[in-house]
Amino acid sequence: MKPQAPDNLLLVSSSPHTHSGSSVSRIMADVLIALIPAFAAACWFFGWNAVRLTAVCVAACLITEWLCRKAMRRANTIADFSAAVTGVLLAFNLPPDLPSWMAIAGSVVAIAIAKQTFGGLGYNPFNPALIGRAFLLISCTGAMTTWSASNWLSPDAITTATPLSLVKETLKTGDPLPFTMTGPMTWNFFIGNMNGCIGEVSAAAILIGAAYLLIRRVITWHVPVAFIGTVIIYGLIHMTCSANAMPVHFHLLSGGLMLGAFFMATDMVTTPITHIGLIIFGIGCGLLTMIIRTVINGDYPDGVSFAILVMNAFTPLINRACKRLPFGRKK
Amino acid sequence: MKRLYAPFNFRGGVSPTYHKETTCNSPLRELPLPPLLTISMSQHLGAPAKPLVSPDDTVVGGQMIAAAAGMISAAIHAPTSGRVVSIGDAATPLGRPAPAMVIEPDGNHTWQSPLPPITNWREVAPRTLAERVGAAGIVGMGGAGFPTHVKLSPPADKPIDTLIINGAECEPYLSGDNRILLEHSAAVWEGAAIIAHILKATNIYVAIEDNKPDAVRAMEQAIPADLANASLCVLKTSFPQGSEKHQIFSVTGRTVPAGGLPMDVGCVVENVATTYAIRDAVINGQPLVTRSITVSGDAVAAPANLIAHIGTPFSYLVEACGGVSGTLTKVVSGGTMMGFAQASLDVTMTKTSSGLLLLSPSQVKQFTSQACISCGRCLNACPMRLMPAELSQYIESEDIANAEASFVMDCFECGSCAFVCPAHRPLVQHMRRAKAIIMAQRRAAGPRPG
Repeated sequence: MKPQAPDNLLLVSSSPHTHSGSSVSRIMADVLIALIPAFAAACWFFGWNAVRLTAVCVAACLITEWLCRKAMRRANTIADFSAAVTGVLLAFNLPPDLPSWMAIAGSVVAIAIAKQTFGGLGYNPFNPALIGRAFLLISCTGAMTTWSASNWLSPDAITTATPLSLVKETLKTGDPLPFTMTGPMTWNFFIGNMNGCIGEVSAAAILIGAAYLLIRRVITWHVPVAFIGTVIIYGLIHMTCSANAMPVHFHLLSGGLMLGAFFMATDMVTTPITHIGLIIFGIGCGLLTMIIRTVINGDYPDGVSFAILVMNAFTPLINRACKRLPFGRKK
Repeated sequence: MKRLYAPFNFRGGVSPTYHKETTCNSPLRELPLPPLLTISMSQHLGAPAKPLVSPDDTVVGGQMIAAAAGMISAAIHAPTSGRVVSIGDAATPLGRPAPAMVIEPDGNHTWQSPLPPITNWREVAPRTLAERVGAAGIVGMGGAGFPTHVKLSPPADKPIDTLIINGAECEPYLSGDNRILLEHSAAVWEGAAIIAHILKATNIYVAIEDNKPDAVRAMEQAIPADLANASLCVLKTSFPQGSEKHQIFSVTGRTVPAGGLPMDVGCVVENVATTYAIRDAVINGQPLVTRSITVSGDAVAAPANLIAHIGTPFSYLVEACGGVSGTLTKVVSGGTMMGFAQASLDVTMTKTSSGLLLLSPSQVKQFTSQACISCGRCLNACPMRLMPAELSQYIESEDIANAEASFVMDCFECGSCAFVCPAHRPLVQHMRRAKAIIMAQRRAAGPRPG
């Protein structure tokens, strides 16, 4: 049997002629899968509002992405799921009662300004979801710091503040804290039974998602360990230096630390590329978070978002400083 | 105890799907001569060989038909008796055309090797044996094609203490070395002993990846009792474990300096097929005119391991393996990680053709390059510890100077970065382009001082 001349021409391309099967859309899909537990927790604690905000943000992000690519005459990229990830993460960083139009405005800023003006996924210097949140915090400060009255302290104590803002208030006024980090209170914090942004309250749910990302090797341990480790060390030192310092586990379980450390500070595009760079990035995030939380006497109680955004700005510098030498080369 | 496990492992690397099961149990089968042999004069690294015969001359098997042209070059011998039809440019598996000699076998296979057998090699001077290896036209058969006699003649100030016989065969699909290790275990050890004698090397390792347990067992049992300091070294299965510099690190922990050679750290690495050919050249006085080649992939009817003559057209190999089955989309000479895609099956095999892969559309993915998302996977995969993400962005923006400053010339195009890239960036293609531009610039600038 003589070999048949192929009807179609042979494909000639550079090696390698095989691929691991990884893809950007698979990575983004994994992030979405990893956010499911936190979404479930958000629905449990905030009900309809969690569904509303997430749906509005995702839809707004996808439509904005589609429109931007269309306007720029570039390939449609909504199928890489990165816009959907931005939508979910932005929604998770919003308070439950935020009006939908504000969520849409934040989404448009996140995708159109923070991402597509730079050229789209891969070129954006800052985390788009965090830019969207920062934009809303500055322009809609009232709505972004209004929390529904809930009884997370005890069944009869109603509060409209987040734990972090309560702590910051008492630091200013000198009043005693309305809560202490007892065992049951810590449990409330861990599962997410408190006021806060819809996706950040439940450390338990976030950790389940984080485990999935680590197992799938979408993220590495470097940033979360450096970030959380720095918060722990800073918190321990703070406890020994200051009489009214909150315990370390308060800092770990309150605010956006868990969501930030596992889902925002691990964004590949806006963080350094080498392992050592990622560790520096994580340490910077941890330090800035704790400085904002415990030193800066401002109105804004949580530091995670701004810490990550500031460190995003340092990413090119860190990359430049953390070049490595090839195998067989010496300084 | 002669089996040891590699005490080190190089950093980086990837785990492709190996597809070895298709051919690893297929014994080496000798392929008859094709109707025409097209023998490239450029089967090795360095200058093409100089033809010694002219069209219409008759040649006998084993006759030297082209001589080494300079120090880094290699002689070429007639695989059989016949008539020289023509000498002219022909495509090579590496893509660029080179002078080639077309020989029409006369069917008698008259064989007259110019090299007398050397059975008492232990009493023969190393220099004489190295010259024999050169006279037999032996080159590195793992893929690079570096003339072996040069490797076996290290300068006096570079003493060699360690010889590693490279049986990693880390490329997907390929199993020719595996078959040589299984079917000719004693001969490979004898070849190793000859090379060790030439180099005066005191430590001899045959290094095999742990995904070839049969070969490990066979080679362990075949260790000659009279060969001191010979061990079988089991390597972790990881691509590119067969890379010389990385294998030296895995086995000995020594790091070959960038731009240096294995001899700089007292090592020489020889591929299994090369070792077998060296033994043949010394003991039997046979020049290198045949080699093992794995014909595999999902678009060939009967994948097999063949012993074929250099100059055999790829189409003849395919025919011997039952022809094309299904849709043929891509033909690769070598393995899927570092092999070369072929535009046609008319190309003929050379001394470095370790595999011929026929791939169907299901095995050939085509991608559109996306923007780098800085995931860092290429950094973890790169066995040279380069930063492919950064390099590719320099190269895309035509910043070749920065690519050079970031050591793009250290890249040996193993493909690990592109293999893992989720943005499907053609990283190896970028590196190749930058390296070619830099090489052209260096040539234009004239010989470098020193």
